[in-house]
Amino acid sequence: MAEAVKTGAEVAHEVGFPPFNAETFASQLFWLALTFAFLYWFVSKIALPRIGSVIDERRQRIDTNLAEAAGLKAKAEEALAAYETGLASAKVNARAIAEETRARLAGESEARRKVLEQELSSRIADAEKAIADTKTQALGHVGEIASDAASAIVERLLGSAPTAVDVDKAVKSALDR
Amino acid sequence: MASPTEQFEIRHFSDPFFYIGGSPITFTNSAMFMVLTVAVIAGFLLLATSSRSIVPGRWQNAGELLYEFVADTLRQSAGKDGLVFFPLVFSLFTFILVANLLGLLPYSFTVTSHIIVTAALSLLVILTVIGYGVAKNGVKFLNVFVPSGVPGWLLPLIVAIEVVSFFSRPVSLSVRLFANLLAGHIALKIFAGFVAALLAGGVAAVLSPLPLVFTVAIVALEVLVAVLQAYVFAVLTSLYLHDALHPGH
Repeated sequence: MAEAVKTGAEVAHEVGFPPFNAETFASQLFWLALTFAFLYWFVSKIALPRIGSVIDERRQRIDTNLAEAAGLKAKAEEALAAYETGLASAKVNARAIAEETRARLAGESEARRKVLEQELSSRIADAEKAIADTKTQALGHVGEIASDAASAIVERLLGSAPTAVDVDKAVKSALDR
Repeated sequence: MASPTEQFEIRHFSDPFFYIGGSPITFTNSAMFMVLTVAVIAGFLLLATSSRSIVPGRWQNAGELLYEFVADTLRQSAGKDGLVFFPLVFSLFTFILVANLLGLLPYSFTVTSHIIVTAALSLLVILTVIGYGVAKNGVKFLNVFVPSGVPGWLLPLIVAIEVVSFFSRPVSLSVRLFANLLAGHIALKIFAGFVAALLAGGVAAVLSPLPLVFTVAIVALEVLVAVLQAYVFAVLTSLYLHDALHPGH
């Protein structure tokens, strides 16, 4: 141990502070140039292009995927808009159909009501006419009945039947009063 | 007791392969940890990019986090056109980060605790700034030294200050990293040494938990420093690169 220490100290003493020992400079520079040149070549020609291409590829993939997603989203929105306009027009159509049907049905029932009313009023008129006819007819018979009754009364009172002409005349004058 | 600076010694694992300017080029512990650092980074990145799926796994997620983190740092400091320097900043950040963290393992060596390494890295940054700045902007690159909206009589003084500050950047960049790592490792070694010394000191052994607690605390601090210094280096590099792209503030 002591010997090793001595030799170490001796060497240090011999060459001084190792980093300032100019004898080793050429050798260190030689190996540094060799190794660093290789490292630079390896890094610039192999490692960095490889890593860079992977990163670029990933970025491109992400970009295209994002663009695709945006396109799909736009398409979906378009479809939604189309659906909504379709729905709105369908609603309008349905309302129009309902309106039309209601109007048609209302017209039909109105027409039927009119026809019915006409029929009823004509029937009423017929009936009124029949009533009037019957009434006049009945009224026509009233004179006859009155004449018969009058002649019968006179016959009972006087014992002899008056002439039909006289009875009619008397009934007429009584009716006219 | 070993010297606190022993951990920074360069050990030669091989005979010199050849010589550059009279200096021997050998495989050293420093070289080994540089290779290890790059191997760890490359291994991690290979693991992170093995599946490359749209939905990332654990390793891929970690890799992408690192990627985005460095990219964001660079983008915020140097602007969007600063991304041409992404490989450079990414390499610097990961290299310093992993070298710092590997250096915290026991018996390991810290590559970034040597001024020559940090100086070389910051010179690389500054030379890139100057080279790219001149190539892109030509003479206009000199606007770097001329802040806009300064009154004429003050200009010589401001330009002098700007020149000095510009050329002190590589110094501060390299010394900051080097000094932080060096100081942290020395402090660790000294406190850990206290534990051993107290344990060997008979009755004083009862005091040994004290520096041990300190050592644990400093390890935590050093992990923070290792990450923070790598980040600081990357941010400052990005800021300096901003000048190359947009001289004249």
